[in-house]
Amino acid sequence: MKANCKNESEMLYARDLYGKALIELGKKDPDVVVLDADLSGSTRTALFGKEFPDRFFNFGVAEQNMMASAAGLAQCGKIVFASTFAMFATARAVDQVRNTICYNNLNVKIVASHGGLTVGEDGSSHQALEDINFFRAIPNIKIVVPVDAPEAKEAIFTAYKTPGPFYIRLGRAKVETLKKKKKFCLGKGYTLREGKDIAIVACGIMVKKSLCAADILKKQGISATVVNMHTIKPFDEKLILDIAKQHKKIIVCEEHQVTGGLYSTVAEILINKFPIRVERVGISNIFGQSGSPEELLKHYGLTADNIAEKAKRVLRQ
Amino acid sequence: MKKRTKRIKSKANAMRKAIIEMLFEAGSGHPGGSLSATDIIACLYFDVMKHNSKDPDWDQRDRFHLSKGHCCPAVYAALGISGYFSTHNFKKLRKLGGMLQGHSDRRVPGIEVSSGSLGQGLSVALGMALAGRLDNKDYRVYCLMGDGEIQEGNIWEAAMAAANFRVDNLCGIIDFNGFQIDGRTEEIMDLEPLVNKWESFGWHVIQCDGHNIEELLYAFNQAKMIKMKPSVIIARTVKGKGVSFMEHVVDFHGRAPVKKEKEIALMELKSIEEDESKL
Repeated sequence: MKANCKNESEMLYARDLYGKALIELGKKDPDVVVLDADLSGSTRTALFGKEFPDRFFNFGVAEQNMMASAAGLAQCGKIVFASTFAMFATARAVDQVRNTICYNNLNVKIVASHGGLTVGEDGSSHQALEDINFFRAIPNIKIVVPVDAPEAKEAIFTAYKTPGPFYIRLGRAKVETLKKKKKFCLGKGYTLREGKDIAIVACGIMVKKSLCAADILKKQGISATVVNMHTIKPFDEKLILDIAKQHKKIIVCEEHQVTGGLYSTVAEILINKFPIRVERVGISNIFGQSGSPEELLKHYGLTADNIAEKAKRVLRQ
Repeated sequence: MKKRTKRIKSKANAMRKAIIEMLFEAGSGHPGGSLSATDIIACLYFDVMKHNSKDPDWDQRDRFHLSKGHCCPAVYAALGISGYFSTHNFKKLRKLGGMLQGHSDRRVPGIEVSSGSLGQGLSVALGMALAGRLDNKDYRVYCLMGDGEIQEGNIWEAAMAAANFRVDNLCGIIDFNGFQIDGRTEEIMDLEPLVNKWESFGWHVIQCDGHNIEELLYAFNQAKMIKMKPSVIIARTVKGKGVSFMEHVVDFHGRAPVKKEKEIALMELKSIEEDESKL
């Protein structure tokens, strides 16, 4: 069964809207400062740098210094956006983020591009598949994986208005703008499609794949709920418990290792409060490789067809 | 002895006594590096820096950041003696629920940013210096690093960036006592040629005796005059300075004095105080 998964609306780079959001914020607030580590063209922070050269600092290829300096700027009242690729924003600087930014609860917004497998041809070293895991156990930080570019922009404005550290994960590739979304509210997931047989809970690009999977399932007489769980931390525990009680069957989909990300978060809550079987679609403890984004998603099973297959398997159990 | 020097020395002595007392009460901690850094910190808090213990958030204050967070007893002592908090807290160092955490902690009034994981402080100080420049404030930022600590790569990332951004309101100080936990720095991971390293990274380097108050004051003053580049003071110090049996003894990097040791240490410090008061 081929997924009916055509793009219905415009395709945008979330990072383009990030760059634009920074300029808007820069115009309205002189305390907004932006840092990058030699990837300002890719992350789009260069747009801010061009507009506000005095408030833009390129730290060169030195992410640890960028993160700890961000803390110093924030301590003096600046609202700091620090950007690089997800791999280097997390793994490379996790100690600086944990001990200096998060322990001090400083106002640093880490907005990373190039999260996940869809980095594509650059291969494993640049495909952040553990980034959410690195940050999720750290107190104080809030973690958002926006579903598309407009939601990314909303998340960035929310981060600006909300004191304390944030990690916002954006991708490299263009993403389709989803219809029928709800307004972004930090820590509140929402249902995009109501069903009754099974619930698919996803974040980032896997939300669209889940909607496609729901289309496939519908043709086979299975009605699936699809939930956009854009905030990993603080997590919408109430929503996941409601969904679990209504459906009794859940699949979690993410462009991340199945350990330490959205699946783990859902499983940790359910095992404690409403133990049911939860199926998963994600990266299963292996590294990525070079390839086009679509090829990679297919190779690693991050497809609508695979989600639909797993859904049927769960329903048979 | 100049009145100014005498005053700082007397504060440094009070700090050393407080350090010994609080580490004894805690039963653990880091006397060696706290005592080697004491005169540097005394010069900053009791002379060089503009700050107000009644208004720790005063926006024009000079900023101090302890990058070598394990030597927090020396900073806690300076802050307590300055009146940021009651010195009764000294007894609760490293105790559950207490304010004085085992590594420098911002819940203590007067501490800007917590530290403890080494190598990050110069970056934090750089961020504070950049913010001061953006805001056209004329405060200075002081960052005290350990010598072993500068083996961390993050320090050199910050060193490169501070020179690149031409911050001249940033002054680093290296407490060069020559020891790290596992032994002498020259045996574990040699730092030399240290002056050349900092100079080649674009810093103005000032060397001094880290226990000579007049040399330290001169160094801080010189650093203030340097424009368009950051300055670093490489202060030669003695680990455990002021307590005979702790001086140059690596064991006291991370071991608190027992009761007998505490008593001898306090006696020695008292006699130093008496000698200095006669000068």
